[in-house]
Amino acid sequence: MSGADRPIVRVEGLVRNYQLGEVTVHALRGVDLTVYPGEFIAIMGASGSGKSTFMNLVGCLDRPTRGRYLLDGEDVSGLEGDRLAAIRNRKIGFVFQGFNLLPRTTALENVELPLLYGGVGASERHRRSLECLRAVGLAGREHHQPTQLSGGQQQRVAIARALVNNPGLVMADEPTGNLDSRTSLEVMELLQDLNSRGMTIVLVTHEPDISRFASRIVRFRDGRVAEDAAHDPLSARQILLAMPPESGDDTAT
Amino acid sequence: MDTLVLVRVAARSLAQRKLRSFLAALGLVVGVASVVTMVSAGQAAKAQVSRQIEGLGTNLLLVTPGAVVGSGVRSGAGGKLNLSLTDVEAIRGECPSAAVACPTVRASVPLAYSNRNWSAMIQGCSPEYLQIRSWSLASGAPFGAEAVRSASKVCLLGQAVAERLFPDEDAVGKSVRIRKLIFRVLGVLEEKGQSASGQDQDDIVLAPFTTVQRAIRGVTYIDSILVSAVAPDRIEAAREEIQTVLRRRHKLASGGPDDFTVRSQTELGEMANQAASIMTLLLGGIASVSLLVGGIGIMNIMLVTVTERTREIGVRMAVGARGRDIMLQFLAEAVTICLLGGLPGAALGWLGAAGVASSFGWPMVLEAKSFALALGFSTATGVFFGIYPAWRASRLDPVEALRYE
Repeated sequence: MSGADRPIVRVEGLVRNYQLGEVTVHALRGVDLTVYPGEFIAIMGASGSGKSTFMNLVGCLDRPTRGRYLLDGEDVSGLEGDRLAAIRNRKIGFVFQGFNLLPRTTALENVELPLLYGGVGASERHRRSLECLRAVGLAGREHHQPTQLSGGQQQRVAIARALVNNPGLVMADEPTGNLDSRTSLEVMELLQDLNSRGMTIVLVTHEPDISRFASRIVRFRDGRVAEDAAHDPLSARQILLAMPPESGDDTAT
Repeated sequence: MDTLVLVRVAARSLAQRKLRSFLAALGLVVGVASVVTMVSAGQAAKAQVSRQIEGLGTNLLLVTPGAVVGSGVRSGAGGKLNLSLTDVEAIRGECPSAAVACPTVRASVPLAYSNRNWSAMIQGCSPEYLQIRSWSLASGAPFGAEAVRSASKVCLLGQAVAERLFPDEDAVGKSVRIRKLIFRVLGVLEEKGQSASGQDQDDIVLAPFTTVQRAIRGVTYIDSILVSAVAPDRIEAAREEIQTVLRRRHKLASGGPDDFTVRSQTELGEMANQAASIMTLLLGGIASVSLLVGGIGIMNIMLVTVTERTREIGVRMAVGARGRDIMLQFLAEAVTICLLGGLPGAALGWLGAAGVASSFGWPMVLEAKSFALALGFSTATGVFFGIYPAWRASRLDPVEALRYE
């Protein structure tokens, strides 16, 4: 991997305080972390541990109170809103727990959304979005609306949307939180597959079962990194193969 | 994002909330319809006024004698008796911007035919008078230069006079008594209706001015000179030429005041026009209130929409929408509702204005301008009342917007 020497995410002394009336909430109290391209890292922690705040900062949705954040070598900690939007557009893909697809909008149009804001022309937008939908196994479902798709399929649309701009980094925030265990495995299989092809993935979860598929696990406690260890990942595909086939498999195309 | 995409996204999100969008647009339909009705009706009224002014004649200028100033007492306009036929001839000969000039002499006279009588204004004039006033005959023939030269006792009757004296018969060829003199009726004028000041222009008798001067008034001067300029844009030039000629003829010292007045049709019409404009403004102002109410409705709906779609805004921001993109999206939506209401509103307003105009007998002016006006009003309303909700949407914090339930 050519970029292995340069970290894709490098945070130093990251602090994020919130002002709630008179009280200052210290969500992050100084976090140092480096993520290299091609890593599959799971961020774990109880609620209130600061993992969501950390994800918002790494995802460029929020700005740190103090500290430095280098994304792909570029210092983004002091950038203002529109610059951050442009960076999110080009360098980061998001997968959320609640899928967050636009309602009454086809799968294809949902996937096209980042390209729309990136100023990509209509035909190119179309081509790349179709390609991404095919890559997540949704060929033929381009014109379905979210309500016509199962939870697993919706999450695949969301993953296609996260990939369509070829970002360096995919942030997945509890991507399996709303899915049953089999569909969760399928989504993890897809993420592992993407990772095996070089995509850097930061997965935020509180489920130990899900974190087992990552190659590195970072635990947050009270706004700090409590543990950071490499991990031998399980293969979601092998677990799926070992499971008895399910009659009502809704992700089949 | 390009405009096409913006419009499509806006149209879709409106289509998703059909009833609500329809009701919001309805407010605009009413608002734009009332503004268009009022403004168009005002324009029609104005057109009616200027038609009446034009009815006075084409490119008309009126020369009247000035005021007499004696012992510090001014007699008022027209007090002097200093206009003569030679003045008319000088204007005809030396003013290239004046197409035709006509002397006039007036008198109020009793008229009689058979056992009927009437009283009307007799206007002494030259044959050019009909041309200047763009007046034609309903029947018969006009008098010519020969009749003027010989001061013939011939006349043309206005419609009102003809109806009084000849209710059941043709007036042409008959003889009417004016004062003690017998005049032969050569023709009957077409109906001209009321003047801008409300006078019945048909209650008139036209005769050669020489006849009126000698036989009726017993004077040698003339009351006023009617001049028609060659073109509307030459009216001012004609005025200056007339002034130069008359000042020279009246031997006025340079720098001194004129002993006559030249007024143009434009001036005559200005007052009436101004009144009509103020009326239009007033009516438009009242109608704008309903547009304002419609606009407030749009703002309300847009605020609700923005709140409802907080999460969508968060998602759009997460994938790279800048504040400006979000702002444009909601602004486009507000403008789209306004146009959806504004276009039928404009059509409705036109119908309304046409109704008002036809019931008053005004000419209806269907201009592309008022269509553009309605479009402009709608867009402006959309932008004005949509900008605050759109701005609120664009200022949302992505983290909080994504967390919004």
